[in-house]
Amino acid sequence: MWDYTDKVKEHFLNPRNVGEITDADAVGEVGSLACGDALKLFIKLDEQKERIVDAKFQTFGCGSAIASSSALTEMVKGMTLDEAMAVTNQEIADFLGGLPEEKMHCSVMGQEALEVAIAKFRGVAAPKHDHSHDHVETEGEVVCKCFGLTDVFLKKVILSNKLHTAEQVTHFTKAGGACGGCIPKIKELIAEVMGEEKKAAQEKPAKLTNLRKMQLIQETLENEVRPQLWADGGDLELIDIDGNNVQVAFRKACAGCASSGYTAKFVEQKLRELVSSDINVQEVQG
Amino acid sequence: MKEIYLDNNATTKVDERVFEEMRPYFCELYGNPSSMHFFGGQVQKKVDEARGRVAALLGALPDEIVFTACGTESDNSAIRSALEVFPEKRHVVTSRVEHPAVLTQCRNLTKRGYRVTELNVDGEGRLDLKELEAAVDEDTAIVSLMYANNETGVVFPIEEAARIVKAKGALFHTDAVQAVGKIPLNMAESSIDMLSLSGHKLHAPKGVGVLYVRRGTPFRPMLVGGHQERGRRAGTENTGSIIAMGKACELAHLHMDEESGRVRQMRDRLERELTALIPNTRINGGGAERLPNTLSIAMEFVEGEGILLLLSEKGICASSGSACTSGSLEPSHVLRAMGVPFTCAHGSIRFSLSRFTTDAEIDAVIKELPPIIKRLRDMSPFGREFLSKQ
Repeated sequence: MWDYTDKVKEHFLNPRNVGEITDADAVGEVGSLACGDALKLFIKLDEQKERIVDAKFQTFGCGSAIASSSALTEMVKGMTLDEAMAVTNQEIADFLGGLPEEKMHCSVMGQEALEVAIAKFRGVAAPKHDHSHDHVETEGEVVCKCFGLTDVFLKKVILSNKLHTAEQVTHFTKAGGACGGCIPKIKELIAEVMGEEKKAAQEKPAKLTNLRKMQLIQETLENEVRPQLWADGGDLELIDIDGNNVQVAFRKACAGCASSGYTAKFVEQKLRELVSSDINVQEVQG
Repeated sequence: MKEIYLDNNATTKVDERVFEEMRPYFCELYGNPSSMHFFGGQVQKKVDEARGRVAALLGALPDEIVFTACGTESDNSAIRSALEVFPEKRHVVTSRVEHPAVLTQCRNLTKRGYRVTELNVDGEGRLDLKELEAAVDEDTAIVSLMYANNETGVVFPIEEAARIVKAKGALFHTDAVQAVGKIPLNMAESSIDMLSLSGHKLHAPKGVGVLYVRRGTPFRPMLVGGHQERGRRAGTENTGSIIAMGKACELAHLHMDEESGRVRQMRDRLERELTALIPNTRINGGGAERLPNTLSIAMEFVEGEGILLLLSEKGICASSGSACTSGSLEPSHVLRAMGVPFTCAHGSIRFSLSRFTTDAEIDAVIKELPPIIKRLRDMSPFGREFLSKQ
């Protein structure tokens, strides 16, 4: 059973703002029956067409999809369109006291519907694939054909939620969750987003304290190295860090693998690139 | 809140008579059946008795019964054994609707260079025996087909399938986890080589299973070590659970008529009334022969998890073939293989009854489910044109 917060349960059992607004100023529709969840969001604006005075929804989907829709409509009432455009999926999840990671796509769906509605009202393109019932112009190239998701949309979700594995991208957007054909492309997008972020942040500081270096080594192994090993059924464990010497033990498919020497080189290369150029990696049994 | 438990294909209540039977074998009669002393010997006798009881339910011989830790272990051992017995054969046949215990193993085999044929099913979940016959060739080591489907209850014509497979020289295994105790089986007059069952699906505890291996069928163990189970499954016997399994099989034998009588009548009534009260439903596998205890009902324009959560609020425990409940993103592989239309694949709910189910519990579902579906349909953006006509 999903570990839903009391707030998710409460919004699922007593959803706010269910229904439609017949004279809505903006309507955003995302998802489909085939996808397993869908949300139709109705927005009514004030006379100046700036501030949201009412919001209603119709949702087909699981408990967290209904709760996220309810939360979204509560949050945006009273906001200006610019304020509403700035709402992130994380804020929707936070409003509900959090969502299980596998259900984060429900919060993304809410944020998307809002974006589509506002884009339609303003007559601009939305970064989301056009479902047959949705007549919004889209930008970008479709990456996940099963769920109709574009690279522009996926990169936005990867960046704003700081995702670093393909599995997380599936949890947040569903991309790659059906046939799995686009998973290599998703990994490329993650690498691309991370690379852009890295340039911006000017990582790899010139002088590291020992503590910071150890942290960076651990983070790099967790975020950059292990996900790649998992993809081939392997894994590693960090055994010790002694100055610039990093000892790792290979696990699962990597343990005893004929090319573990090559894998150790790969780990070393990553650590040299992202932490410090004088790092040595040593494989140990442990 | 008292639970209304209609998820017996997931797991069952341990029958109190079963629990009483196993109770002494933990703190008092804890001996090892392999020991030479009287204290182990008396446990050995009870394990033998349990073996006899399981054999009686299956119409098998006691030495054809191998106790395992679960249905999954039984399935895994059967298929692995066949591949070891016939190392030169590189082909396996199964179906698209198998339990993951079989299907995942078969799909992993493709990575090791095996050819795996997954037989299709029709819209009612039925197998095409001609497709089976065409699929099996001299390269086929084993065919593994489930006796009855856990999601829909659809029963495959396993005896006919086994005869076809045997005639072509391959081994035949069936995952009968859902069928045992619900429909009569008689291994004495069967062509099945190996058959899996699981304790917790028939009112024994979790953590015990059985693999039936016909006399004369070549077998290689998956677990090696001690001589237990005549060398076919090493490891000290899970004595309490094995003794429980024996009792559960004895009781299943006793209650078999009730399954096909009273349980079937309750299931049929539930199906009839829900179909009458809720518009736009379909019964998954409704046109096929089915287990007497299983009802898989698909409802258009709603999603299964919401239904289950609202049922759960009323104390009703059921399960769903929808994506959202399992953490996967697609409807169940069984419903997809059957080609259930996507308008209702996400809204499929399974009710599975047992001999402990009462008429009052069925009444509760008939009362609670229709308003839940109406409520979720009123909230859904789909099917509004159709609903406005209601």
